[in-house]
Amino acid sequence: MKVLVIAEHDNTKIAGATLNAVGAAQQFGAEVQVLVAGCDSAAAANEAAALAGVAGVVSVNAPYYRDQPVENLAVLVAGLVRNEGFTAVLAGGTSFGKNLAPRIAALLDVAPVSDVVSIAGVGRYVRPIYAGNVMVSVESDEPVQVLTVRTTAFAAASAGGAAAVREVVAGEDLAVSRLVGREISKSERPELATARIVVSGGRGLGSGDKYREVLEPLADRLGAALGASRAAVDAGYVPNDYQVGQTGKIVAPDLYVAVGISGAIQHLAGMKDSKVIVAINKDPDAPIFQVADFGLVGDLFETIPQLVDGLGANQ
Amino acid sequence: MKILVPVKRVVDYNVKVRVKSDRSGVELSGVKMAINPFDEISVEEAVRLKEAGTATEVIAVSCGSAASQETLRTALAMGADRAILVETDAELQPLAVGKLLKAVAEREQPQLVICGKQAIDDDANQTGQILAALMGWGQATFASKVVVEGETLRVTREIDGGLETLELKLPAVVTSDLRLNEPRYATLPNIMKAKKKPLDVIPVADLGVDVAPRLRHTQYSEPPTRKAGIKVADVADLIAKLKNDAKVI
Ligand SMILES: Cc1cc2nc3c(=O)[nH]c(=O)nc-3n(C[C@H](O)[C@H](O)[C@H](O)COP(=O)(O)OP(=O)(O)OC[C@H]3O[C@@H](n4cnc5c(N)ncnc54)[C@H](O)[C@@H]3O)c2cc1C
Repeated sequence: MKVLVIAEHDNTKIAGATLNAVGAAQQFGAEVQVLVAGCDSAAAANEAAALAGVAGVVSVNAPYYRDQPVENLAVLVAGLVRNEGFTAVLAGGTSFGKNLAPRIAALLDVAPVSDVVSIAGVGRYVRPIYAGNVMVSVESDEPVQVLTVRTTAFAAASAGGAAAVREVVAGEDLAVSRLVGREISKSERPELATARIVVSGGRGLGSGDKYREVLEPLADRLGAALGASRAAVDAGYVPNDYQVGQTGKIVAPDLYVAVGISGAIQHLAGMKDSKVIVAINKDPDAPIFQVADFGLVGDLFETIPQLVDGLGANQ
Repeated sequence: MKILVPVKRVVDYNVKVRVKSDRSGVELSGVKMAINPFDEISVEEAVRLKEAGTATEVIAVSCGSAASQETLRTALAMGADRAILVETDAELQPLAVGKLLKAVAEREQPQLVICGKQAIDDDANQTGQILAALMGWGQATFASKVVVEGETLRVTREIDGGLETLELKLPAVVTSDLRLNEPRYATLPNIMKAKKKPLDVIPVADLGVDVAPRLRHTQYSEPPTRKAGIKVADVADLIAKLKNDAKVI
């Protein structure tokens, strides 16, 4: 068996999710190689080569991989699988991986498996369905296993490897899509998906101004990332990349603080594996309290400033 | 421009599903079913493109049992012009659905296919990508904005770090994210009108596609439930618990 992990990167740095995907790939107990397809992507390829457990890095460079259009990447990966005999292809369960993996699988005529949370062997997986309310065991005899893996379920590969980087020739340029631009949110805070503490706000905040005014001091005190419910994103309090849930980001921090969030199943799907959950809500019957380790019933506009003060005084 | 909109009949998003006692599946008898919310958004987007004069025809298509006719009627009541049911009682997995949709797309020759980004039952998030690959078309998944400019399509996508805008050649596949639009409610007159709109049924066998499942779902279970927590008296109590009991701050 030979496993190929598709690196997500910006030509300079490897994304955190790729480290988790390498960690997941190691569960097969087989040779793991990492594909870094980009343009002038030597820095990213070298970073991949330095990961523990990586046997080799396949580096491909062409101008038409710079922005990693999914159509070109899928054709490239399908070609590598056929030419080099990879029997598994893994990507992190991020918007990048979810976009790409099914396209690769279709080109290879195999059924992909999404959002794997446990690997018991080749073709033996567990994945959540129904917004995480049900877990299903999946068996696959497909000759090439194509998976996305939930990043919170697998430990990240650490540094400590010294694999060789091998340059291979580029695949075809389909030229069917072109990147016009990216608006990437910039923040000094930890990344939401990997933060140790997350403070999340919902519709109870009432506006974007209030969201920032009330939650930013708390996140500052705790060194936390900021997240949100769908209602808060839809209402425009915060950008889309703040959303936690079935259709947003999946997080599993040590501490998740849900403020003015009711606890719809779609929201719980994204945070119920957090180690400790705190809920602050004025409605004592809000469903969020059913998953919260510590619930505080009260008006958030009074309790959060008190919490900020209290944390300051104690530190 | 013709638009094809695949729709799926799923358990309503408000229902908390239960696993059958023998763990062989999810209890579906007597459970409220509805159109997949992301597909509803796709229908809305297609109908808006028609209302704007960009699209000429909106065709809703569903793959599944006869009960999916109900889902197609929902799409027709929202404004789709006609519907196609690819009928089978067999289990369909996304790869098979992708192949069936390809067969339908080859018959109908749409310029654009708008799918939901995922179905809220299997949460697979695969069908649109699979269809695009099989057709050799470009894809723009997780769309929050779609603009047709002549032969090109400009799509804003929700990605992990923020937003990204792509330009694609048509034909192409788009998959809808939650913020693409807010679907309309079908009015009673439109629900009545939808009953008279054409709905063709194609038996799956007529499309000559191998739809045999490739994956086996061997066991279903409910995830461990969290231990019930406690309510704290006040903020000072909360801080004390987080410091001394949970030791997370
Ligand atoms: C297909 C689909 C996918 C979805 N995906 C997601 C997803 O990924 N993530 C997600 O979050 N949602 C998702 N949703 C939406 C979800 O169903 C809920 O609508 C949403 O999570 C509600 O957000 P909320 O808790 O902020 O708002 P609400 O449900 O309106 O809750 C607001 C809460 O704030 C409390 N509150 C109000 N004022 C105060 C105050 N002053 N002090 C304290 N508490 C106060 C209220 O008591 C209430 O409990 C999805 C829905 C669908 C249909």
